[in-house]
Amino acid sequence: MEFTDDQVIRYSRHIILPEVGGKGQAKISAAKVFLIGAGGLGSPISYYLAAAGVGRIAIVDDDVVDLSNLQRQILHSTKTVGVAKVESAKATLEALNPDVEIIAIKDRLTPENILGYIKDYDIVIDGSDNFPTRYLVNDACVISGKPLSSGAVLKFEGQVTTIIPKEGHCYRCLFEEMPPDGLVPSCQEGGVLGVLPGIIGGLQAMEVLKIILGKGDVLINTLLIYDALRTNFRKVKVPKNPECPVCGKTPSITKLGNYEANYCRA
Amino acid sequence: MEEEIIPDKRIDIRGLKCPYTFVRSKLTLEAMNTGEVLEILLDYPEASISIPKSMQDHGQRVLTVEKVNDKDWIIIIRKEKD
Repeated sequence: MEFTDDQVIRYSRHIILPEVGGKGQAKISAAKVFLIGAGGLGSPISYYLAAAGVGRIAIVDDDVVDLSNLQRQILHSTKTVGVAKVESAKATLEALNPDVEIIAIKDRLTPENILGYIKDYDIVIDGSDNFPTRYLVNDACVISGKPLSSGAVLKFEGQVTTIIPKEGHCYRCLFEEMPPDGLVPSCQEGGVLGVLPGIIGGLQAMEVLKIILGKGDVLINTLLIYDALRTNFRKVKVPKNPECPVCGKTPSITKLGNYEANYCRA
Repeated sequence: MEEEIIPDKRIDIRGLKCPYTFVRSKLTLEAMNTGEVLEILLDYPEASISIPKSMQDHGQRVLTVEKVNDKDWIIIIRKEKD
């Protein structure tokens, strides 16, 4: 691709890298990613991917910006309280990098709409805050063969994993079923130190860029756990489960069913 | 007598400073075929040292680095690696 003078300057620190160069930057510019959530994780993920020049970023979220979000959701600001998160996100990201096409989708993902939404994208990124969505996104990505970066944060601990369908594990190989209601923290138990999603979302953005570039190793068959209080990163092996209900040899989940649960959505 | 090197492409990046001297040279070389030769005309003194070094680090071959007048250098690189 031909870069404009401004693009040469904007992406110069990428182009200098032997692993990226102009060819790698062209791959980044041609990439299309689908992000679920414009919150704590979605903020750093979309911020860095937009800064990197990812060609098209779709963001789905049905929420509006609340004052309590601003302690960690750096896409939004005091001025956008009450505005749809995806609109607030689009304005922030377009101001950062006009090269990037931001598709704002104010909607809730369902078993009926998700496959249609993700079909035109290369990579899916889960920055959602609840188990039903996490399982829905996992199953949809496995069924449609889309690479998925999955992240989660709670209190002082975060988790990241990268799912490449057919090549490695999926979320259900790790945790086959959603946890029962009583085991999921309620709203008042579910605090988070504001920097934590910045770190986990940053790791997710890095995984996505490596998939786009085809460089390095991603977290296939691996769960990375970050303990912020102890500043400890731990990698746990997650073998692909041949009996996995969605990505195993004889899957029982071959289409998207019911993902409803009565969790508190903080 | 030395064999004369005939560049396949020439760029004039006088007026550019680091790191854009290298960025422009690298982008030009990327678009060329392996074995082809690029001639770079530049006037930013530090780049006369840093471009040859970075090109070598990236696996390219530096054929000559020559100060051609009071202000300008010519660097000739052969593309060895895609």
